[in-house]
Amino acid sequence: MQKAKTLCVLLLAGTLLGCATSGGNPSDPLEPLNRAMFGFNDTVDDAVVRPVAKAYRAALPGIVRTGISNFFSNLEDVWISVNDVLQGKVQQGFEDFGRFLLNSTFGIAGIFDIASEAGLKKNNEDFGQTLGSWGIGGGAYLVLPILGPSTVRDSFGLLLDTQTDLVFRIDGVRVHNSLYLTRGISTRANLLDASSVIETAALDKYAFVREAWLQRRRNLVYDGNPPREKEEADDDSR
Amino acid sequence: MTMNLSRFLAAALFIPIAQAQELAPDVLVRTITQEVVAVLKQDKDIQAGDPKKVAELLETKVVPHFNFTRMTRIAMARNWRLASPEQQKELAGEFKTLLVRTYSTAISNYRDQKIDYRPLRAKPEDTEVTVKSEVKQSGSSQPVSIDYEMEKTPNGWKVYDVKVGGVSLVTTYRDTFASEVKDRGVDGLIKSLAAKNRQGQGERAKSGKS
Repeated sequence: MQKAKTLCVLLLAGTLLGCATSGGNPSDPLEPLNRAMFGFNDTVDDAVVRPVAKAYRAALPGIVRTGISNFFSNLEDVWISVNDVLQGKVQQGFEDFGRFLLNSTFGIAGIFDIASEAGLKKNNEDFGQTLGSWGIGGGAYLVLPILGPSTVRDSFGLLLDTQTDLVFRIDGVRVHNSLYLTRGISTRANLLDASSVIETAALDKYAFVREAWLQRRRNLVYDGNPPREKEEADDDSR
Repeated sequence: MTMNLSRFLAAALFIPIAQAQELAPDVLVRTITQEVVAVLKQDKDIQAGDPKKVAELLETKVVPHFNFTRMTRIAMARNWRLASPEQQKELAGEFKTLLVRTYSTAISNYRDQKIDYRPLRAKPEDTEVTVKSEVKQSGSSQPVSIDYEMEKTPNGWKVYDVKVGGVSLVTTYRDTFASEVKDRGVDGLIKSLAAKNRQGQGERAKSGKS
């Protein structure tokens, strides 16, 4: 309930600030605030997260890192299958749950992703996407502390994703804190190459990441087949 | 979550290219990719991140199969018409340098990822097609999609956009370009691109690889 309230406040703040700022991307009425948060996240990444992820990558062999990454990915499959069903993709729901069963047992607690090798593809679903598939738009773009790019809708989705997170269910604060930490480092380590590409590519990193993120989420909501947007002014200058 | 998206960008650009002009678009993409991957696997200098060698490889194998003018036009959207023909040429030149540099960063991260191609869905008379592929990432069970938007020209099929995990490398620049043009004009944008490209060269000279 309280979280819902926070969201309402955020939404309201978004509308108000929206009136105050001019120009820019219409899906980013909170740009000044977001930019500040983006800068903060970047600083934390430079100072702590990226160096730790680099050390992690240097210290552990590829097979071990993949195993760790698979372990966390496997736990996600349960919630993914629930979201499949909520989006009306019942068969995919069964398949994703099948992935979880197969990998948890024969894949030794998910360390080996044998389901993928057996032809059960890993899917990417979360509650934000489910809301999207129900026709709810993203709303204002938001940069969350540490977690990074999101939207009002996806932040709300994230609340539910976190509540249903299986790592969250594991007893013992120390155990699940260290699991969280490991998952974070593992995720960041997998993205080291990607972030170096963004550094090279972006003129304005903030705008680049925002646009890429919004396109990515749209693509995920439509499961890889979004309706074509008009390429305005692309063809009228021929 | 923050960097989920970058994963898709990164796995990005295994987009190489060859000479064959009458090749079907999907065959063309596959051939070029194979050629570039073959060089990547053999060439010790490229593996060590020699920027000159990478640039040479891209210039000969990849660049000829892209339509950079159209890419720039899409990224510029409405503002394309504000630019004079000379400015358009300059813009396309700088944007090309930036994209090629981005591509070479991605390529230097290549480590034996497996690439699958999906069957091409197109009619013989189509002049615009999408070639879809998937790259299997190490350390992640989920493959990343890489789609090539291609157009038919008298000189064979040309790529005019690459979408990584649904993120277009070209339209991702739209906001940046638009606000730059709004604040500093077309010349301002050209200058920013040129500065970014120079800065990239500087970094390169210092350390071949990150």
